[in-house]
Amino acid sequence: MDLMIKEKIKQVKKGDQAAFADIVTFFQNKIYQHCYRMLGNAHEAEDIAQEAFIRAYINIDSYDEGRKFSTWLYRIATNLTIDRLRKRKPDYYLDADIKGTKGLDMYSLLQADNRLPEEEVENLELQSYIHQEISELPPKYRSIIMLRYLEEFSLKEISEILDIPLGTVKTRIHRGREALRKKLRHV
Amino acid sequence: MGCNHEAIELMHKYLDGDLTKTEEANLRLHLENCESCQQHFHELKRTITWIQSTERIEAPQDFTQKVMAKLPKERKRVSYKRWFKAHPIITAAAIFFILMFSGIFSAWNQDNQLVVSKQENLVIDGDTVIVPEGVTVSGDLLVKNGNLKIDGTVDGNVTLINGKLIDSSIDGKGLMASVGEVNGEFKQVDQVFEWIWYHLKNIFRSIFSFGEL
Repeated sequence: MDLMIKEKIKQVKKGDQAAFADIVTFFQNKIYQHCYRMLGNAHEAEDIAQEAFIRAYINIDSYDEGRKFSTWLYRIATNLTIDRLRKRKPDYYLDADIKGTKGLDMYSLLQADNRLPEEEVENLELQSYIHQEISELPPKYRSIIMLRYLEEFSLKEISEILDIPLGTVKTRIHRGREALRKKLRHV
Repeated sequence: MGCNHEAIELMHKYLDGDLTKTEEANLRLHLENCESCQQHFHELKRTITWIQSTERIEAPQDFTQKVMAKLPKERKRVSYKRWFKAHPIITAAAIFFILMFSGIFSAWNQDNQLVVSKQENLVIDGDTVIVPEGVTVSGDLLVKNGNLKIDGTVDGNVTLINGKLIDSSIDGKGLMASVGEVNGEFKQVDQVFEWIWYHLKNIFRSIFSFGEL
């Protein structure tokens, strides 16, 4: 697979735009998922994931072929999501906690009319609960936890993607794991 | 071994694959004797399993097409740019020639006014320049966009651009001897290419004279 990607990148560098379509198809789910987990909604995730691929195409000449393409691509995507998170205006989300209450959000004030069968609810609840907890981690921990356990990068690769020292990656992954453990221990 | 710091630190090192043999033995020994640390370690591993087991999210169906549609269409321009970068000397030469020829052509096309080199004793009648009889014009004579009639003597080179030499002696007998006299080269230019050639010769001549200086 790596060889295929390398070949495609060479073609893109020569000006073959069509070869880039294969690269997008190969990485689209990973990059989209990464953006979705970072941003928490489908609309922004699609927007940023597309932007990441477009930037990669425009700057393909600055990609060093001696390094892993996926780390380079994730770096572009991660920087874009962090930029977007910074620029985000304080908005009102239905699933944001209402101030002064604990664990009470706008959804709980809406009428729940279509209940699913008990088992499905349990499974869905656990899944969405875990997602919820991950998404509530500060972005600097969240990005590392996802890159390590969903994208399965090594800690060294993560330090390259995020452009931070390996020691910092280790400290943050420890804190991220501890924070999630505390949140999920009673499940 | 303190439960709160050292052991937990070792657990994280274990999860990152950074544990040495001795540290691993220490951690194992501690976990056997400490229930709260066992619980802690179990919770950490369970947390990781849960993160890994979460469902995968897939990109929308038409994602690739959307990206491809948004890519800049600059393949042609990029390839031109690359070619120019690869051949700088040819590029520079091409730019030089384009500028030079366009300059000469525009000079040819725009100047339709009568131009005469600055000399005394010349008579200008409409678009005809006359060197009167019995008069000697010293120095090179240039006439552009006009006719020239030499009845006297020119003591130098004569250049006639885009015009005609009017022969006063209709019988055509001995122009040089009887009527007008040119003590130098006589040049008549009335074609674009001759005009360019004339310019080139001038350029080279000026380069030469610079060299001589």
